[in-house]
Amino acid sequence: MPIDKSMNVLIVDDYKTMLRIIRNLLKQIEFNNVEEATDGAEALTKLRSGNYGLVISDWNMQPMTGLQLLQEVRADAKLKSTPFIMVTAESKTENVVAAKKAGVSNYIVKPFNAETLRDKIERVLGHA
Amino acid sequence: MPDLFAGTQGAPLARRLTAILARYPNAEPEWIMEVARAVIASLSGEPALVQRALLREVEELGQTITKAKSEIAALKIDDITASHIPFATDELDAIVSHTASATHQILESCETLDAVADTLAGETAAQLQDATTRIYEACGFQDITGQRITKVVGALKVIEAKVQRILTTFVADTAQACVTEEPAITEMLNGPQLPAAAMAQAEIDRLLASFD
Repeated sequence: MPIDKSMNVLIVDDYKTMLRIIRNLLKQIEFNNVEEATDGAEALTKLRSGNYGLVISDWNMQPMTGLQLLQEVRADAKLKSTPFIMVTAESKTENVVAAKKAGVSNYIVKPFNAETLRDKIERVLGHA
Repeated sequence: MPDLFAGTQGAPLARRLTAILARYPNAEPEWIMEVARAVIASLSGEPALVQRALLREVEELGQTITKAKSEIAALKIDDITASHIPFATDELDAIVSHTASATHQILESCETLDAVADTLAGETAAQLQDATTRIYEACGFQDITGQRITKVVGALKVIEAKVQRILTTFVADTAQACVTEEPAITEMLNGPQLPAAAMAQAEIDRLLASFD
């Protein structure tokens, strides 16, 4: 079964430029229903009021970090099974382990390329 | 100070003076010399040879401290916090601002090219989209450099706070200057690693797979 590219995707990053880049890369692979949030708290509000098939989030944000957002998502009965990809410059082992333990679906280290983004999305949506 | 008098009769006084300095770090050396003179003067009879030597040592120590303080003041270390570090952080902020503006323009042009690619078909459209994909990927530099610069600014602020503390402690005329708070280090937020220290995507993939 092909990936449902009409799903809503929420991208979360405090760098507007990064949001724009990810949005454009998603558009190129035909994900057109993309919404944005600039921190974890805003993302959580959107997630609780909407219907998203995928979250792509940065880690380093204030006041709520991407890791805290992930923990909130996994603790929420309605959201806990939402695929969650962390896209971050944090590349220390302790970061990757913490994200995995919190239930991250996949982890992309910045700088990344379009192919890596496409590959991880396909993996978390079960079509690798 | 104890080392100067180790093994001499002046050792107990040296220890006391060290204790006074620890309690009152801003004590003027002249006060210490005055205390030493008063102690020696209070001793009955003529000061012994050792006591006179001790007084001389304390006076020399006081002169050394006074000289060191003058030299620190002459270095104009306060320029570091008043001028050099604010200048450096302003320059770095300007770099972030200029690169953000340039990246914005590049992305805008790229989005225009994408819109053109949508009107085309076949190999030309694919080539055009491939080119814009590479540009989008490259524009990620702005995020990485921004985070690196933020780390440098954080390091400069730590240096600024430490210099300010030294000034407040040792230079009398800056005693009133406010001490800048050291920025808190947020747990697990290390930012981009230098290439030699960074984990590659393949290593991260292997680490994640090890949990399965």
